[in-house]
Amino acid sequence: MEVLLAVASGMLYAAGIYLMLRRRLAQLIIGLGLLSNGTNLLIFTAGGLTRARPPVVPDGSDTLVPPYADPVPQALVLTAIVIGFGLLAFSLVLAHRVHAISGSDDVDDVGRAG
Amino acid sequence: MLVYLILSPFAVAVFAAWLLQRHPNRAGILAAWPAVVALVLANELRLTGEGGARLVELPWAPSLGLSLSFNLDGLGLLFATIITTVGALVVLYASRYLAGHPQAGRFYASLFAFMGAMLGVALSDNLLTLFVFWELTGFTSFLLIGFDHERDEARAAAIQALIVTGAGGLALLAAGVLLLDVSGTTSLSAMAANRASIAAHPFYGAIAALVLLAAFTKSAQVPFHFWLPNAMAAPTPVSAYLHSATMVKAGVYLIARMTPALGGTAAWTAAVTAAGAATMLLGAYRSVQETDMKRILAYSTVSALGVLTMLLGIGTREAVVAALVYLVAHAGYKGALFLVAGAIDHETGTRDVTVLGGLRRAMPRTALAGGAAALSMAGLPLTLGFVAKDGAYEALLHGGGWGPWLLAATVLASVLLGLAGLLAGVLPFLGRGRPEDAEVHEPGWPLWVPPFVLAGAGVLAGLVPSLLNGTLSSAAASILGAPVDLRLAVWHGLTPALTLSVLTLAGVVAAYGLRRTIASRTWKPATGTERLYAAGLAGLDRVSRAIGPSLHSASLRSYVMVIVVASILAGGSALVGTRGFAVSVPVTVVGVHELLVLLVILAGALGTIIARSTMAAVLSLGAVGYGVATMFLFFGAPDLAMTQFSVETLTVLIYVLVFRHFRGLGTLSPRLVRLRDAFIAIGIGTLIGGLVLSVATTDTAPRLREYFVEFGPTLGHGRNIVNVILVDFRAFDTLAEITVLATAAIGVRALLRLASDRTEGEPAHLPTSSIFRTAARHLMPLLLLFSIFLLLRGHNEPGGGFVGGLVAAAAFSLYGIAYGLEHARRALLVRPLTLLGAGLLVALASGFPAILRAQPFLTAQWLLDPVAIGTPTLFDVGVYLVVTGVVLMMVFNLAEES
Repeated sequence: MEVLLAVASGMLYAAGIYLMLRRRLAQLIIGLGLLSNGTNLLIFTAGGLTRARPPVVPDGSDTLVPPYADPVPQALVLTAIVIGFGLLAFSLVLAHRVHAISGSDDVDDVGRAG
Repeated sequence: MLVYLILSPFAVAVFAAWLLQRHPNRAGILAAWPAVVALVLANELRLTGEGGARLVELPWAPSLGLSLSFNLDGLGLLFATIITTVGALVVLYASRYLAGHPQAGRFYASLFAFMGAMLGVALSDNLLTLFVFWELTGFTSFLLIGFDHERDEARAAAIQALIVTGAGGLALLAAGVLLLDVSGTTSLSAMAANRASIAAHPFYGAIAALVLLAAFTKSAQVPFHFWLPNAMAAPTPVSAYLHSATMVKAGVYLIARMTPALGGTAAWTAAVTAAGAATMLLGAYRSVQETDMKRILAYSTVSALGVLTMLLGIGTREAVVAALVYLVAHAGYKGALFLVAGAIDHETGTRDVTVLGGLRRAMPRTALAGGAAALSMAGLPLTLGFVAKDGAYEALLHGGGWGPWLLAATVLASVLLGLAGLLAGVLPFLGRGRPEDAEVHEPGWPLWVPPFVLAGAGVLAGLVPSLLNGTLSSAAASILGAPVDLRLAVWHGLTPALTLSVLTLAGVVAAYGLRRTIASRTWKPATGTERLYAAGLAGLDRVSRAIGPSLHSASLRSYVMVIVVASILAGGSALVGTRGFAVSVPVTVVGVHELLVLLVILAGALGTIIARSTMAAVLSLGAVGYGVATMFLFFGAPDLAMTQFSVETLTVLIYVLVFRHFRGLGTLSPRLVRLRDAFIAIGIGTLIGGLVLSVATTDTAPRLREYFVEFGPTLGHGRNIVNVILVDFRAFDTLAEITVLATAAIGVRALLRLASDRTEGEPAHLPTSSIFRTAARHLMPLLLLFSIFLLLRGHNEPGGGFVGGLVAAAAFSLYGIAYGLEHARRALLVRPLTLLGAGLLVALASGFPAILRAQPFLTAQWLLDPVAIGTPTLFDVGVYLVVTGVVLMMVFNLAEES
């Protein structure tokens, strides 16, 4: 399974970067979204996989018997998801403003105009 | 307590900016504070004479070995007392000199910031802290030289001083890093304790060279001397304070301070002595060729700094003592002469000594101050200048080796310096005046009292030099590392040094008679090293003009490409080179349902690429997001899954709101470009895949996870370990993260408001069915309740503030889609911005109870009876509010942008 998830994050990165190298503003943003997903999957997988055992101590018990999923990458990814949302929204609006001002959705046009 | 006193000028800087805005004429009262600090420091200095150094400390970043530790020893306190005493006088002087200047607030703020930085330099015991203050003096000096920033000359001089002394500062940093490596400590006193091991280390040469580079640039030693005369573009109080009495002496101070740790070797002695002697001669020679009072004084300051450096280089007990006496004497007479020059300039409008004259009648008190200071500079007996010069001769007579040559050079320089003093301090008051100066009169008392005090102190200390015995003994002891019992006296008997002093005075008198010939008939060197400096800068300019355009192509795509290709090369070689893919942990087997989800993710990724409409691309991206969320669910991360599901839903909503405006996604690039990009993309994909695999299959130490799982329930009082980490163990990180989120949301709002000349058109009208509306009306309160439920259970079960906030935001967004924006805004009761701000405040406030109990900020405080409730709960409420506010702010603002 590690291999497959590694392939999946690799694919998300590949698709994300490919889109970021396109000239359409919309594709740039979608690429950013893919990259963000790919990174979350990367951290999550790199932390080690454990099936269906969340790091939640059962009620009435004081300890968690291994194996359980590592809570550290989860905490990292959780905030990354929300921050990724903020980033995406910001870049979307930025792209929107650029589009509204320059009247073009071609990144190269914008660079030339600036 | 003393630590705060040392740092207090920074607070005064802020106060000064405020004060000058409100009461432009009250600047004089600012002088009171440095005077108070000077008294306290002088008292400390008196005590050190008896008890030795003491360390006061304020931890700053203890984990980096960084603390604000101040070493109150004789040397540091002597400097600090000079800094604050002259500082008080200069502030008083400036209150009249700059009276009515519209930007005086900026001046005093910079001046006090400089004073704080300078005190930090003088007293720091930590090399890294010393570096920070050192750079701060350079920076504030930049602001002060360029105070008159509308003049090209002032700007150029400011930049020149910043570059030259800033380069030295970097050398100091490098030396500090090397010293830390060699000695294992950043404490200067600890370095001095193991000097033998430093001197024996192979890095010693580099360290000594770097420290001296820093010292020489700051103290304007040859060949870096050129910036100091140019710095005279600063207002005169600044020249008197920074460029004669304090900052330029920081380099000399550094040499003195580092002597216990680095000094004593043959190379050190030779380098410091030679640089000092060369500077002394050059400065003295150039000073008598100038006609502008300030430039005369500037070059003579360069020369005096050379004398100090040379004496410290020789390093014998007598030489060090002579250097300290010289330092004090120079701060007095040179400060006074600068202030006199400023007063004359202020009254007559010129500083040219060839046209000025006869001012003794119009400005008798200023004349008295100028004359006394000039005579001290010339080394007339019964002034401190005499004691200083006498001591220097005495030290050189016993210097051995190069002693005779250095002695001859010093006598020559002293003659020229004496002439320079008379040119600046006496000549303008003698002879006949210009007709246009007939109306000139004595300036207001703030302009003549400070130079009078400085010059008078020089005379007083010259009459009774034993006043300085205790102070200078303890300062000399800090440099020499051994107790010193100093006995200064006016009369030492008929010594060879006295003969030389008399000879010098005769020389000064003769030179004064020949002053016109000396000024006009001597060879004037071309700008020399300054030209080198200018050529170097021009060269750098040419290089950046040549390579700049090709690096800065203003094309986002090429930047991305460079970054990605560089990452592939660097990361790829590291990955292949070191570890490979040795599988050391058992691999999890694949389930069929997981394979299906994986296929959804891959299909989604592919879909974003081949999509020809924005909507298709957004939906494909959504598929990827939901797929990843499902994956989280499969592998024991329900919190992540919930958060991702909510985020994905909101993301699609936001995409749809924005992408309405974009056209289709038809391809713009030719086939060959697409092929190249595909190649790069596959490269980075392979690298990331390999990276994940290499990390995931390596057995890592489980320490961290075991720690959190063990202490989550006991210390954190929560059973959902992920949530405990977020709101308790790593709450500070989370606080930073919600701040970032809030910033992003405010950025979105600002970007949209930027174009607020748009008409307040009708909000986006989304077609809705009545079934949807009815469902939304009932769903919204349920969703809100659910979000609060998620928030409250989060500490023990999957949930928490992040996902709770997302659900709450989704509830209002849903309502907005069904009933329109206005209704949703009204249903929210408060503005999203208020919600966001309140959330940040709540999260911040939850950190303070810990401080009341003297624990670090954000340490959890719990009340266990009757229900477990603690500050982390409050913190999570803050997160909830911030996330709700952030998301709604984005959604509402985007929806308004129809």
